[in-house]
This record gives sequence, C-alpha cells and structure tokens, in this order.
Amino acid sequence: MGLKTFPGGVHSHDNKEYSRQAEIIAMPLPGKVYVHLSQHIGAPAKAIVKPGDEVLAGQKIAEAGGFVSIPMHAPISGKVTKIGSYPHPAGTTGTAIEITGDGEDKWVELIDDAKYNCLSTDEMKKRIAEAGICGMGGAGFPTHVKLSPPADKPIDTVILNGVECEPYLTADYRLMLEQPEAILEGLRLLMKIVGAKQGIIGIEANKPDCIKLLRKATAGDKTIRIDALKLKYPQGAEKQLIYACTRRKVPNKGGLPMAVGVVVQNVGTAIAVYEAIRYQKPLVERVITVSGKIVKTPRNIKARIGTMYSELLDFCEGTTEDIYKIISGGPMMGFAISNLDTPMVKGSSGLLLFNKKEAAKDAEHTCLRCGACVEVCPMNLAPSLIVNNAKYQDWGLVEKYGVMDCMKCGSCAFICPAQIKLIQWIDIGKLEVGKRMRSRSQVGKA
Amino acid sequence: MNNNLIVSAAPHLKAKNMTVKSVMWQVVLALVPAMLAAIFFFGLRSLVLTCYAVVAAVLTEYLIQKLRGVPVTITDGSAVVTGILLAFNLNVASPGWLPVIGSVFAIAIGKQVFGGLGHNIFNPALLGRAFLLASWPSLVTANWTKTQPAFSLMFKSMNSLNLSSLQNVPEAITSATPLAAVKSVRVLAETNPDLAQQVMDRMTSMDTISQLFIGNIGGVIGEVSALALLIGAAYMAFRYIISWRIPMSYILTVFVLTFAFGGLGGLFSASIMLPFYHIFSGGLILGAFFMATDMVTSPVTKKGMLVFGIGAGLLTAVIRLWGGYPEGVSYSILLMNCCVPLIDRWTAPKPFGEVRK
Repeated sequence: MGLKTFPGGVHSHDNKEYSRQAEIIAMPLPGKVYVHLSQHIGAPAKAIVKPGDEVLAGQKIAEAGGFVSIPMHAPISGKVTKIGSYPHPAGTTGTAIEITGDGEDKWVELIDDAKYNCLSTDEMKKRIAEAGICGMGGAGFPTHVKLSPPADKPIDTVILNGVECEPYLTADYRLMLEQPEAILEGLRLLMKIVGAKQGIIGIEANKPDCIKLLRKATAGDKTIRIDALKLKYPQGAEKQLIYACTRRKVPNKGGLPMAVGVVVQNVGTAIAVYEAIRYQKPLVERVITVSGKIVKTPRNIKARIGTMYSELLDFCEGTTEDIYKIISGGPMMGFAISNLDTPMVKGSSGLLLFNKKEAAKDAEHTCLRCGACVEVCPMNLAPSLIVNNAKYQDWGLVEKYGVMDCMKCGSCAFICPAQIKLIQWIDIGKLEVGKRMRSRSQVGKA
Repeated sequence: MNNNLIVSAAPHLKAKNMTVKSVMWQVVLALVPAMLAAIFFFGLRSLVLTCYAVVAAVLTEYLIQKLRGVPVTITDGSAVVTGILLAFNLNVASPGWLPVIGSVFAIAIGKQVFGGLGHNIFNPALLGRAFLLASWPSLVTANWTKTQPAFSLMFKSMNSLNLSSLQNVPEAITSATPLAAVKSVRVLAETNPDLAQQVMDRMTSMDTISQLFIGNIGGVIGEVSALALLIGAAYMAFRYIISWRIPMSYILTVFVLTFAFGGLGGLFSASIMLPFYHIFSGGLILGAFFMATDMVTSPVTKKGMLVFGIGAGLLTAVIRLWGGYPEGVSYSILLMNCCVPLIDRWTAPKPFGEVRK
C-alpha cells in the first residue's frame, strides 16, 4: 500500500535513534519552577498570586487573559517567591512566576469523574479551557478555541498528529507506545466535542510499532482510522497532514483547518484533554525529549512545566563535549537559545544540544537560482523569489510571492546549496509585509 | 557557561552534500562520459583543447576576482564547468588559442562583469561560443572531417547513394555535420525533390539514427555521443542537480516541431524517425541537459522551467528548419536566458490552498 503524503518536502535522517528506546521517565521534582505567563498564542495569562502565597500543585496561579488565552497552574506545591522576567524558550524573555517547592508535591484534589463521557460538550470545553491546555506540538494554540468553530463551519474529522516529523524528537512516539488508550480516549472526546464522525491518527512510517499498536487497539472501531504517512519533512505540519489524510486543502492567506471541516490536535494534547475532562487535571507536566549526539543519556522526560532546561540536562547526565548550540524544540523549527537557564513551557517538545561541528554554519553564497527551494516548498511558494526580493527590500513583491503563506518549516533553507538563511530573510519579510498590511487596513478604516 | 554558543535562525540541520562546490563538481563528473566519448571518436586532441579551455577559464576567474578584490572562488568548480562546456562547443580541428580566447571571454564578459556566479544573465559558455562564432566563423564551423580519424557517417551514406555524379548536391555530400546535411537536403528538395527524399530516407534509417545515438558522427567535441551525454544527465537527475522539466520540454518541443514541419512534402510528411535524427544530432542533448539547465540562467519556478524549455525548443526548431544556421541550440538558449526574469515573474507558483477567485 502506498503511503499517504503531500507534495514537496525534504528527506532528512531522522536522528531519532538516540532517544527512541528511552522509556518515558518522570523527573524528580525540581526545587524551583518558573511558570511563564505567555506559553501560547494569544493574550498572556494574568497572575492571580503574589510573592509569599502558598500554592498546591494544580492550583490556578494565573487566569486566562481573554478568550484566546489559557490559565496557568502551579506545577509543584510550595511558595510563590517572585514574579519577574525570565528567558523564554522562544529566545525572548517574558514574565514568569517563580515557585519554590516544598518537596512534598501536595496536589489540589483531583476527582475521577466516572461519567466524564456523558458530559455536555460545553462542560467538556469548559474543563479543557480551565485546565489551561494549548497545542503541545509547538505552536501552542489554545485548545478550547480550536474546538469552538463557528456554527457555519461544521467539523466532520478530527486528526491526531502523531507524525513527529522533526528529527530527534521522540516524545510523541513514546506517548503513542506507552499510553495508546489515553490517546484514543482523548480522540473520542475530541470527536464528541466537535461532532466529528471520523477520527484519524496520522503517523509517519518510521514508527511502524505505533501504527501496529494503534491499529490493533482500534480494530473494532470503525470511526477511527490510523493513517501511515510517508517519511518526509514536514509531514506533521497541519495543512500538510490534513492534505495527506483527507486530500483537503486548507485555504491560504490565513485559512484555518475548520474551513475544510477538520480539527487537528497533537497526540500529547489528546492525553491532556482526556485527563482534563476525566480528572479535571490541569496541564502542569509534559513529555520532552532531551537529545543530541553529545548528550550522555538522551531521554524522554516527563517533567513539570517551568522546569529549567539546565536541570533537564543534568538529569540526562550532561554532555560529553562542549555545547555549541542549544535548541529549544526540534532542529528544523526550534529556537536556538543562548541560555540553558530557560524554563520549559507547555509547547516544549524537545531540548537538543549540538557540538561545534553540528552547530557550524557556512557563509551565505549568492543564490545560484537552482530552484531547489521551489522544488521542496510544501506550501508551493518560490522561496528564492521571496528572499531575493527581501534582500532588495521590495516588500511589494515579497508580499505578492506569498511570504505570509510561509509556515517557516525550513525545508528551503535545509536544502539550499548556497547556504542562504532563507527563514531569517522570510522572517524579516513577514515583519515588513505585516507592517504594510496593518497600515493598509488602518487607511481602509479611516 | 561557555561563550561558544551559536544562536541562529532555524533550521539547525542542513542537507548533506548540498553545497555550491559539490553541485558544480558533480556536474563536472557528469561530463566525464562525454569527454571519454570525445576522446574515443576524435582522439586526444579533444582532451587537450578542453584542458586549454578549463585552465584559461580558471585563471581568468582567479585574475578578475583578485582585481575586484573579492574572495577567490576558483575551487567551487563553476569555472571548470564553463571551461569544459565551452570546449565541448568547439570542433576538434580548432587551433589551441580558440578555446583560450573563448574561455577568457566567457568568464570575463559572460560571468564576472555581471558580478560572478549567480549574477550572470547568459550562460557563460554559450556566450563564449557565440563570441567565437561571430569573430572566427570559419574556425568554429570548420570542416572537421579532415582530422576526424574514423569516418563520416553522412559521407558514407551519401556515397552509397552514388550522388557524387549528380549536380546540385555537392553541399550535401560534403556536409560537415548531420544538421548541415538536413539543411542541404532541404535546399536540394527545391530542385530535385525525388533525390532529396531518397537522401532523407537514408538519413532517417534506423542504421543512421543508431549511429547518431552512439556518436559515430561529426560535430563539436561535446555533442558527439548522445549516449554518453545521457549517462551524465541521468546521474545529475538522480542527484537532483537538474530537474527533468527543462530538458524534457525542450526535447519534446523539438520532436513535435521537426516531425510536423521537417518533412519535405509539407505538414506531417516527415518520417517518425526524423525527430530522432534531430534530437540525436547537433548540440540538442548537450544543450538541453547541460546548458539550458544551467541553474543561474534558467527559471527557478516549475512552470517557468517548462516555458523555458518549450521556448528554447521552438527557437531551435525554427533556426534548424528555416534559419540561416544549421544549428540553433546555442542561440535558442541564449535568447531564452534573457527572458528568465520575466518568466519567473509570470510563473510564480500559486500557494498551496490558493483560493480561486
């Protein structure tokens, strides 16, 4: 049987061998955690605790800053010691709540709601929103918002993203192997909430064990299908995944999956949804892959949100060589950060450490116009035309060539023989074109 | 905390073996079979001429980059490719200084004047050839058969038809290259259609086509063996250095047009073998796979590549069938080179999920 996929994309060694075999292991409680107020797309959460307050694990410490926002909860029990500015995994800094743990891990009461399956969809959504769940694949879009499409956009399909196409990362892989029931239960709840008739779990072909296991687990369920997808980056990008599984094309220029009747959630998010609805458990921990050739013991760690990357690395016994690059997330779309003392957030899927050779970048050459970037672009753009015009600051052409449709998957920069930092230029293009678009719409309003 | 940390934009992985250097040297490697075929059919002189061209190209690049005060990039292999391709466009009887002058022009005027690799509008090697053809037409189109050690297929086939006793056909007999023969036959058809048809039949026989394919024919150094060129082209396609779009659309266009208009009796009167004769003779295979695909001077968009190939095919067929020159590949590519910026602009792809208005 041919594997499903999308047009374009690149082939890369998946580098998952370092941590593939490592079972998910819970990390000992950190002494301190730093809970960022902005871990998601949308308005930052608003702190409702102040220094000196005692908190229990799972207690709400910041409330949602609007509809497109999520609340934050204390990942450990202890005392709020500071609210200040800390490095953010996206390479910036942001306000975070520092909690000094008491080492006892005292939790708010979690109830096992036996009738969780019979709740109204509104109640389910409320529990998801209350639990502070955002997409755990990386982008961090608030989950309850994704599950609330307008009435004129009926949803018939929920797709769970089990692709994990970023090299090195194995957190989702381990989750699918170790908690398939929770994932399927989450999927069924998600289907119920949006009224979808079918559920699909898309998994890349390099995880045959997951495909087999989940197919077996869903053998009797005609509403759920497991799709084996071709090993190609970015197979897990939302629009590409939807196309591979359903042949539907999400419209460009800001179109959302709901326009084609689909909602996509990450497999990790599905587990969080299940736990939120059944136990009303807030999202305070997640699985993160710590990997890299130089990491002594690469691991898939279940860690509390707000744990410092440095502590995660210590738990993996450090590195065998000097670190030349710290990557927060995957190697294709993740951020290179300058400080290991950065706390993880809800979207932190990986922490990668590179040595000198792996971190080295060649100097940028003139564009050879080879067209490789055009060939691989999964959004069917012409990256070299965008970038060459960005270099000459011709923002009109940059916009015309579709810079805003770029999802920054990095396939173009990965393949470019001239070592052009296409994504960096595209970022500049997005900023400038964004400015122009905003000023245009203001002119239109006036 | 160490101070070695590199903070850069994603992605943090790079495809292996995707560098300017590796791409260029792989093109050189892909040209090796054609070089060997040239040595086999024309003798070592073809290698000597190619070396002259390569050395001249690399030295010119070095000198100009020194003069411009920019980093010297002669090891990237691009000048080597230009040198080889320029020599491949000359006939083996050329004097040794011809490839040298051609290379100097190709690199200096064709490439460095524009700012070096990546900035040039025209394929440097073809520009060099055009310059030589304009300056020393007799040397570039010289009758190479004198030094050809083996034999001239066309010469033989003409003789076997016993045409030499007839008038009006001396050009056909002495035609240096298969494409010149096409031209001669078309001239002949005006005065002696029957005879012309006979010659044409002979030219489009299976025997002739297979000889053309292998390379037992006249021509410039690099175009001699379609087979050897195709081996190199297959390697490049396999390594994703060239895309099928330009060569295929180019060759198919020539195929269709020569089939439709190449016959002596009007539209579609040609044998189905005539297009193959056109494809395997002259510089079409060399041009389509190695020069029209030159990254710098061809479109980057997928549709643009097809437009480029079809345009070049159209021009080639027009020049070959009705133009003053027997061969149209180099001019067709050069003409299409100047259209590339416009082609790219007009064929910019529609983004995935583009809403139809």
